[in-house]
Amino acid sequence: MGVFGLREEEIKHAIKVLGREPNDLEWSVISVIWSEHCSYKHSRKYLKEFLTKAEWVEQGPGENAGIINLGDGYRIVFKIESHNHPSAVEPFQGAATGVGGIVRDILALGARPIALLDSLRFGPLNKGRNKYLFEGVVGGISFYGNCIGVPVVGGEIVFEECYSSNPLVNVMCIGLLTPDQKSYRGRAEGEGNLLLLVGAKTGRDGLQGASFASEKLDEEVHKKRPSVQVGDPFLGKLLIEACLEAASLDGIIGIQDLGAAGLVSALSESARRGKSGVELILDNVPQREENMSAEEILLSESQERMLLVVRPEKIDKVIEVFRKWDLEASIIGKVISKERFVVYFKGEKIVDLPTELLVEGSLIFDPPYTPYEVPSISSDLYNSIKEEHIANFVEVLVEDLLIKESIYRKYDYSVQTNTILPPGLGDSAVLRIKGTNKGIAITTDGNGRYCYLDPRKGAIYSVAEACRNILCVGGRPLGITDGLNFGDPSDPKVFYQFREVVKGINLASRVLEIPVVSGNVSFYNGQGENTIYPTPIIGMVGILEDINYLITPGFKKPGNLVYLIGDLSWLSLGGSRFIKDIFNKVVGDVPWVDLIWERKLKLFWEEIRKEKGILLSAHDVSEGGLLATFLEMAFWGNRGVRVDLPDDKIEYLVGEGSGIVVEVEREGEREFLERLGKYALKAIKIGEVTDNEFVISPYIKTTLSELFKRR
Amino acid sequence: MKKWTVILEIFLKDGIFDPQGKTIKDALHNLGFKEVEEVRMGKVLKIDIYGDNKNEVFEKIKKMSEIFLANPVTEDFNIRVEEE
Amino acid sequence: MKVGIVIFPGTNCDMDTYHALKIVGLKPVYLWHKEHDLKDVDLVILPGGFSYGDYLRAGAIARFSPIMREVVDFANKGGYVLGICNGFQILLEAGLLPGAMLPNITNSFICKEVYLEVLNNNNFFLRRYSKGEIIKMPIAHKEGRYYISQKELEELKENNQIVLKYFGENPNGSIESIAGIINKRGNVMGMMPHPERAVELFLGSQSGINLFLSFLDEE
Repeated sequence: MGVFGLREEEIKHAIKVLGREPNDLEWSVISVIWSEHCSYKHSRKYLKEFLTKAEWVEQGPGENAGIINLGDGYRIVFKIESHNHPSAVEPFQGAATGVGGIVRDILALGARPIALLDSLRFGPLNKGRNKYLFEGVVGGISFYGNCIGVPVVGGEIVFEECYSSNPLVNVMCIGLLTPDQKSYRGRAEGEGNLLLLVGAKTGRDGLQGASFASEKLDEEVHKKRPSVQVGDPFLGKLLIEACLEAASLDGIIGIQDLGAAGLVSALSESARRGKSGVELILDNVPQREENMSAEEILLSESQERMLLVVRPEKIDKVIEVFRKWDLEASIIGKVISKERFVVYFKGEKIVDLPTELLVEGSLIFDPPYTPYEVPSISSDLYNSIKEEHIANFVEVLVEDLLIKESIYRKYDYSVQTNTILPPGLGDSAVLRIKGTNKGIAITTDGNGRYCYLDPRKGAIYSVAEACRNILCVGGRPLGITDGLNFGDPSDPKVFYQFREVVKGINLASRVLEIPVVSGNVSFYNGQGENTIYPTPIIGMVGILEDINYLITPGFKKPGNLVYLIGDLSWLSLGGSRFIKDIFNKVVGDVPWVDLIWERKLKLFWEEIRKEKGILLSAHDVSEGGLLATFLEMAFWGNRGVRVDLPDDKIEYLVGEGSGIVVEVEREGEREFLERLGKYALKAIKIGEVTDNEFVISPYIKTTLSELFKRR
Repeated sequence: MKKWTVILEIFLKDGIFDPQGKTIKDALHNLGFKEVEEVRMGKVLKIDIYGDNKNEVFEKIKKMSEIFLANPVTEDFNIRVEEE
Repeated sequence: MKVGIVIFPGTNCDMDTYHALKIVGLKPVYLWHKEHDLKDVDLVILPGGFSYGDYLRAGAIARFSPIMREVVDFANKGGYVLGICNGFQILLEAGLLPGAMLPNITNSFICKEVYLEVLNNNNFFLRRYSKGEIIKMPIAHKEGRYYISQKELEELKENNQIVLKYFGENPNGSIESIAGIINKRGNVMGMMPHPERAVELFLGSQSGINLFLSFLDEE
């Protein structure tokens, strides 16, 4: 293969640093590991700006996943990763291997995977391949996740024209380390320690996947099928159990998963982290197919493989574990002190490259960027809003709730018996941690429309919303993993979006004091007219010190008061779901978001959340405005609501913006208001919980049984 | 011993509802192939096996199918033995 | 009672079942599928999951695991065996219970809470429930449409072997809404719903606890 996908300046740079012309195979190695997917050459510079440290952060970015400490020896490992390109080509396997891949990232830290969330974007289902892509992706996630026994507890699904044929499949995995478990890093160190490749045999599948993910997908997409790997969830499950059993033994120095760029990336990155080198004997890699070339073995992206770095005196015990689980386990080389990536095949040295050149040596690209104008909401559009539009929108929102419920039923959300707030029933999923009173709240949030209209504000909004989602269930936000999805970075508008989004996330994460501990960047999602909206997905994890203080979003008791913490005047139609769904337009100013206010809200919530009974239910205002918030609280609680809105602005009903709707008992009203006042937060009383009546005057007057008759 | 290739087809018994087959049939109708009356989806196994003669191979595969490869409660099977 | 939980490759409800038994005060042991030793247990549970990836048919490969020979012997001698979800599928494939499983009528995996009616409580496993009691548990499976020939169905009914039925909606299209059956002798039971996922109120239901309580030795 030799050089592929590298620019002339990169080729020159490689020769200069190396002091010689690399051989063909070395060029292949350099080409894959310098692909965007592995080297982050367009994003590295900017991602360094993130807040990555806090007292509770045990591992930040740079490893296979981040770790946050929950206290008492319990730690949570998490990361989000995209599998957009493979899913665009073969949705079922693309999504399935996406799940497998992120699960192995968590496993590499020695943690048991305990939950998955999937954040999905598709084009409208009635167009082209979208339905095929959607069904394939949902099927693939269900196929892999269900089989390995890791519950899918949340995520989002959004349909939008710009994701037609360029779907986004971002999967977040959460792992748990209990007090008796060691955590591992993807590190190869200690001269003479052995490299043990475990799991599946190596085949020709997925060759060049990493560079494939760094390309634009074109109309010829279906011809690229051979690049897609096939997942075997059964083997994936065995690998989880075997690796966890092995991790409980002594003598393991490091664990690294094999993903994009296969052995090349796993070995060079582990060696670099361990400030060591590796010597690989390719002949020792168990091969699934005959006559594989050195290049095919090195670059293969066969799934369900892990690399363990093991002390020689313990190797037999470790291999025994994998034999027990009927898995391959082969010593494929050893750690050397020279910081080089050395490969032997058939007795010959065929690669000898410095690990620094491979892992950190790629050129950094900082292409030009330009801001762009977006249309605002015309007064014609605004004035054309009629009553029937609202009725239609109610139908859209109800349909949405039912569709989502039906999708979540395809995923096993209850296995592992920790899910106390299942998917689709709240702002965040909540899991309990067995053996403690603790729980964790997990959410993913992203709003491509906002980020397209105003990338920085959109990103700030996404972080703030994720934070509110954790607060709403009674959690304290602790960490972020960000899945950043963009178009072609050489398009100045796209690079502008990227820079602004990173700035927005950074600002919000610093003001709200929620560090970024892991993440993923996916560029080249569409091009030109077909470029996706900039779509950062914010995965966030929070802690509930005591799950008895869980707050659920369903309305609880007729007669209770309903308050909006926030202000009606903040709600705006810009970029709203209403304008999009009813008028098919993405226009206007993104809702105002005040980070100082969000910070105060967070502090207020962190104080009261540990006192039972002040807030009976809570749900944030997001897509679909207060209308969607009320519908969902009613749907989940099986209770109605009677709300009075001022009739001067339709924004109050379907406009979007920051805010949380809460249910308060009449007896608790004073206490609630006093506490709010302490933090200088505003709230307005807007209604009360009812039995079956669902009234938002002056717009809607109906009943629950009428609204959800198809449930 | 000779090498044989056996094609083993396994189908749900007639009368047992096959949701995959129905879904495929509906899709074909939507694509305009209204002539399709029924679709049954089964499994095909390709087995390479050594044996002295066709009959012996057939009987072996039959036994495998009866005890393991097919479920006698719900599935019928059909064996085709081809010389390689 | 000493309870053993069998782990096949691909089993994924072993720890959940362990946890549920621990809640009622039992200390179960794990039984590895490659072994031939049942470790003197009084009851064997085949838990849920995807043994051997459910490749070929759910449960079809697991029934040939070494330990299954012992489990079959144990059952034939009157030992108690409970199969949950994939465990039920394995019991059917192994011939310890009559009938077979087909893919759900929806052609999809289904995970949701369902209601069940206890049809027969006159057995070891369900004796702590009352006849006609409606209980709530999650199901999570893709091949749960129980099927049996008409003749054998009549036999099941005659002997009161249908112990659990879906109440209200029949989620997977199983014949006569069957969710769980027991053998004639009353020592081998299989059920598709997951009682181990319904032992703590904050998980949505505690309906499963009585099943596990029945494994406690009588005072």
